[in-house]
Amino acid sequence: MANVNRRVLPGFSLTLGYSIFYLSVLVLFPIVACFVRAASLSFDDFWNAVWTERARAAYLLTFGASFVAAIVNLVLGVLIAWVLVRYNFPGKRLVDSLVDLPLALPTAVGGLVYASLYVESGWLGRFLVPLGIQGAYTRLGIVLVLVFVGLPFMVRTVQPVLEDFDPESEEASASLGASRFQTLLHVIMPALYPAMITGFALAFARSVGEYGSIVFVSGNMPFKTEIAPILIVARLEEFAYGEATAIAVVLLIISFSMLILINLLEGWSRRNAV
Amino acid sequence: MKRSQFIAVLVLGSTALFGCKAQQTSEASSSASAASAPEPPKAPESVTLLNVSYDPTRELWRELNEKFEASYEKETGTKVTIKQSHGGSSTQARAVIDGLEADVVTLASILDTEAISKKGLINAGWVDKLPNRSLPYTSTIVFVVRKGNPKGIKDWPDLVKPGVEIVTPNPKTSGNGYLSFFSAWGSVVVRGGSREEATKFVTQLYKQVPVLDSGARGATTTFVQKKIGDVHLAWENEAQLEVREAKGDLDIVYPPISIRAEPHVAIVDGNVDRKKSRAAAEAYLKYVYTDEGQEIVAKHHYRPSNEAVLKKHAADFPEIKLFAVSEIAKDFFDAHKQFIGEGGVFDSIYKPKK
Repeated sequence: MANVNRRVLPGFSLTLGYSIFYLSVLVLFPIVACFVRAASLSFDDFWNAVWTERARAAYLLTFGASFVAAIVNLVLGVLIAWVLVRYNFPGKRLVDSLVDLPLALPTAVGGLVYASLYVESGWLGRFLVPLGIQGAYTRLGIVLVLVFVGLPFMVRTVQPVLEDFDPESEEASASLGASRFQTLLHVIMPALYPAMITGFALAFARSVGEYGSIVFVSGNMPFKTEIAPILIVARLEEFAYGEATAIAVVLLIISFSMLILINLLEGWSRRNAV
Repeated sequence: MKRSQFIAVLVLGSTALFGCKAQQTSEASSSASAASAPEPPKAPESVTLLNVSYDPTRELWRELNEKFEASYEKETGTKVTIKQSHGGSSTQARAVIDGLEADVVTLASILDTEAISKKGLINAGWVDKLPNRSLPYTSTIVFVVRKGNPKGIKDWPDLVKPGVEIVTPNPKTSGNGYLSFFSAWGSVVVRGGSREEATKFVTQLYKQVPVLDSGARGATTTFVQKKIGDVHLAWENEAQLEVREAKGDLDIVYPPISIRAEPHVAIVDGNVDRKKSRAAAEAYLKYVYTDEGQEIVAKHHYRPSNEAVLKKHAADFPEIKLFAVSEIAKDFFDAHKQFIGEGGVFDSIYKPKK
């Protein structure tokens, strides 16, 4: 018991206590309430509510579109972060703040704007629709708005890591005879992987929960463009709270397992970095 | 020591948590009752009513409120202030169930009013408390088409002609949506068609719906702003506004037959008794039945329940056959369950073919 407090700052018990308390009130309680509500259904009712053909199509779309959007953001977000960190150009501050705009804008507005841009009479639609590219009321439209809502998460996670990245390691790499591509692939990217994975997870999770923008851009056609949250709203309209929460619970479970998986991946990449 | 400390914190944290949970529930109930407790000894010279309604009635109630506030103060000396709340009809019903202190509800359908009643907030038998089955006005579903009606849409069967695109909201999430569905169904069975024919008709109809918006206003935007579709199945009053706003770009078409939509009004007994606002709330709803109230109703394109007033405005309300929901099902509940609910006719339309 020679163990004197080894921490520089005191207060571990207090802060941990508060953390647990706040996390519980803000996150755990609502989730537990969800589970309790869903548990009021019998197993058969639960299963019939969450595992219809239509619901499965909706889950697949929700997670599929979120995944695709997060992949697009992975490329786009790193690119934008790179440009913002490594170069100086007029209007940089403006571009930098533009990145956060999707967070501030009510997503319903985003959805409405996207839909009206990509319909046949819209600014973009009048050129794209003749080419066979339907951006509104299709799955493509859903991915587009999800890229929009997820972008800030990607950029803002990668940006600080890039800012802290020591240029000396690049110089060292170059002086040791590495090509630019080798430097990028073996020196810069490995340092970015953990942040990229975190950004991916955030963008993905954000997309799974998105509702406001999608209802306006998707057209909500069952089996084609109907996302899972729409089913929840449909059940609520019938005052079927139990069934609605049952679907929510399924979404929660799938999301949570995917987030755990991504977290494991992130830990793994952190350990293997450098 | 470190470990024991950690465990202690955990235990402490979780007890705090559960303690708090218990406290929270009791707090919630006590705060609910505190909020509902009448403002200390109720001042009889002023009363505030909350009218919880659905989306398109905004302008109607605004005018009714203004006139009622004036006439009630003149008659009784009590100053009444009416607040309004609007939103999707069943969302509004859920808000009232969850504790929104509505004195009266004026929702789009009996499904929503009855859901509140089932929670005990509105006494059973409320439908017969006010004249004309608590219906100061009714409405229906009509067609809005592009200028000059290029696709020649006059009646329901015209909707399923090849190349016609129909805009109507999702029956699962919108009152306008399921009333459109009931109308389409009734247009077949009320005229003597069989159930199979009706199923075939609605299946074809919904195949020609390019977008299922989640609510009535969304569908209007899709049709008017985004110029999608050839015909919009809309509430009669919304259709009138839509056509007026479009300044000649749209026309209204009355199909020969459509559903009689019944937006009931009701007093939320649980709330008015607690707030001691029953007298004012009753006077408020009864006012809508007066000649003055009915005139306002007609002006906003709702069909007044007073025959004389309806006749007077006959030019605004073309006579079409309005069938009651009882002609296609037992009642609204049965119709919703059969056609819209999980596993109903609407679901089968979208079953992918194997």
